[in-house]
Amino acid sequence: MMRFTRRALAGLAATALVVAPAAAQDKVKIGYAISKTGPNAGGATITQIPNYEMWVKDVNAKGGLMIGGKRVPIEVVEYDDRSNSEEAVRAVERLITQDKVDLLFPPWGTGLNLAVGPVFNKHGYPQLAFSAVTDRAPDLVKRWPNSFWLLGTSGQYVEALTGLLKKMRDEKKIGDTVAMISIADGFGIDLSQAARKGFTEAGFKLVYDKSYPIGTQDLSPLIGEASRSGADTFVAFSYPPDTMALTEQSKVASYAPKVMFLGVGVGFPMYPQRFGANVEGIMSLGGWSKDNASTAAYAKKHEEMFKRGPDRWGSQVGYSSLQMLEQAIERVGKIDRAAIIKELQTGTFDTVLGKVKMADNMMKDNFWLIGQWQDGFFVGVAPQRAGVGTPVVPKAPWKP
Amino acid sequence: MLLEVTLSGVTLGGMYALVAMGLTLQYGVARIMNLSYGELLIAAAFAALWFYTGLALSPLLGLLVVPPLAFAASYAIYRVLLQPLVRRAKTRDALEVDSILATFGLLFVIQGVMLALFGGAYFSYSFLSFPLQIAGATVAANRLLALVLAVVIGLGLYLALTRTRLGTAVRAVAVDPVAAQLVAIDVRTASALAFALGGALVAAAGVLVSMFLTFNANLGVVFTLKALVVVIMGGVGNLLGALVAGLILGLVENYVAVFVDPGLTLAATYAIFLLVLLVRPQGLLGRTGR
Repeated sequence: MMRFTRRALAGLAATALVVAPAAAQDKVKIGYAISKTGPNAGGATITQIPNYEMWVKDVNAKGGLMIGGKRVPIEVVEYDDRSNSEEAVRAVERLITQDKVDLLFPPWGTGLNLAVGPVFNKHGYPQLAFSAVTDRAPDLVKRWPNSFWLLGTSGQYVEALTGLLKKMRDEKKIGDTVAMISIADGFGIDLSQAARKGFTEAGFKLVYDKSYPIGTQDLSPLIGEASRSGADTFVAFSYPPDTMALTEQSKVASYAPKVMFLGVGVGFPMYPQRFGANVEGIMSLGGWSKDNASTAAYAKKHEEMFKRGPDRWGSQVGYSSLQMLEQAIERVGKIDRAAIIKELQTGTFDTVLGKVKMADNMMKDNFWLIGQWQDGFFVGVAPQRAGVGTPVVPKAPWKP
Repeated sequence: MLLEVTLSGVTLGGMYALVAMGLTLQYGVARIMNLSYGELLIAAAFAALWFYTGLALSPLLGLLVVPPLAFAASYAIYRVLLQPLVRRAKTRDALEVDSILATFGLLFVIQGVMLALFGGAYFSYSFLSFPLQIAGATVAANRLLALVLAVVIGLGLYLALTRTRLGTAVRAVAVDPVAAQLVAIDVRTASALAFALGGALVAAAGVLVSMFLTFNANLGVVFTLKALVVVIMGGVGNLLGALVAGLILGLVENYVAVFVDPGLTLAATYAIFLLVLLVRPQGLLGRTGR
């Protein structure tokens, strides 16, 4: 299934009518395959596609990328990978060999980024994956030096969460019992495995630890069991629909553990929209700095353009990755992919997150791993470094 | 605790039954295996969302408006798209294959329209999400409402089908469309009505589940599959069968989640499904020799 954006169509029409001078680069062709349909579409639509559209609009508003002393507009070719890894691989290959794109954007999610990794690598395209979390990232970087894993590893998140819980336990705010549930899918399996190890090593007792299948429509039995386990801390590595259901069903069951950590979706704009003041105290992956003017401006622009805010986990990282790409291209001054990759690996970039420099093709201490809703803002509360927010425990009781 | 698990299982089962009742009419009576069934449910959920967030009206009002619209739309779909297939199909099996192909196309049309209108993002809203106490156990009001409506609709339609003239005609068509013609039953109209009624039912289910489930334009197939399992388990065309099968599935899922392991709920669902197929291939309340 092939889809061109209007810009791409206009570009195609233009090239058909006017035979472009072959020598000078008069446009930069960027292609991507992304899940517009299928189970990944929900995440891709909220975290990823808006960033692509926004960045292309921003750059083209300036006249394009500054290459060799002149502005060169970006042209986009977009395909739907239907949330299917074979389709994604085929689409990326087609973008490279038939559409002859200059650069590629990555697809959404850990699975698809792993799937297209070999194709990006084989053809030497930089892969700035910002919606993938995998513990294999450090190994992948060795095998595919063109790949960048910006959202980190499961181990990092678990380490940050465990550190946070330990700190609260030392302050006698919580006990050492944890109830954990996780979705039986890539994300949930990876994170719960890492957490099982991390929690036990830190001396926490896992009094309830179960996984549930994808598409479970009633989570009240699990909430009931977690509640009866009497654990102070409730951790759920869940997907957006379950995160919504867990919040709603916990509220109905008046289940209020001291710490409530839920998975993907807590940072989505619809989350505070739906639950209002009841999001107070809920923790999840991600988090924003309260006093960062550039991420605030980014969120405002996002809201104006798409009528909804960004995902408070991956969105800012995503936009930063595109800014990195932009600056790397402009510094190299031509579409020399090997040089661009080299610049991405070694350069320092100005992004909405601040100054960013890659450490082994990954971000280091550039964004928050754990956040908590406080006064209607999703504040970064871990890892411990300058500007970290203070977690509020116990979580506020549910309001009717 | 047992009471609480049972209650949540019954409400979940009620939702499954509600979601499946429309399909049992469409498949059992009109003989259309409607693969775009779940998409219609999602479309109704979007309509309810629009009622609530766009027009600031209660989704319950949507329950009065959306199903009649879905009835009209399904009636039109049957008359325009599906009746030519019915007319040219030589056997029931041929019709089944044709209808699967046609509604498979329809699935993408409806999904495409929804994607164009709303994009692929998740949507949800809170409505009637306060807790109710029943004999010491807690249940969400919106889920209970879905259960109550499933029972009311199931029993109501069962009575309508067994006690009224039109209902008897519809049942006759379900049993044998050729013989039904011999006793002066307008098979085409009865089938169209059954298909449209199925559309209205799934729309009602869509409005109700939108109150507590998070959905996006791609989620239809999940409901089509669940409905299919319930319909086949309960007996194709049998509303009470759908109700019973839905409740069984809901109870089993929640019992397994609490007393065995939540990771095995899907396995338990399909184990029961297989068991029913082996022991009673016609479905729990289905008749043999259809």
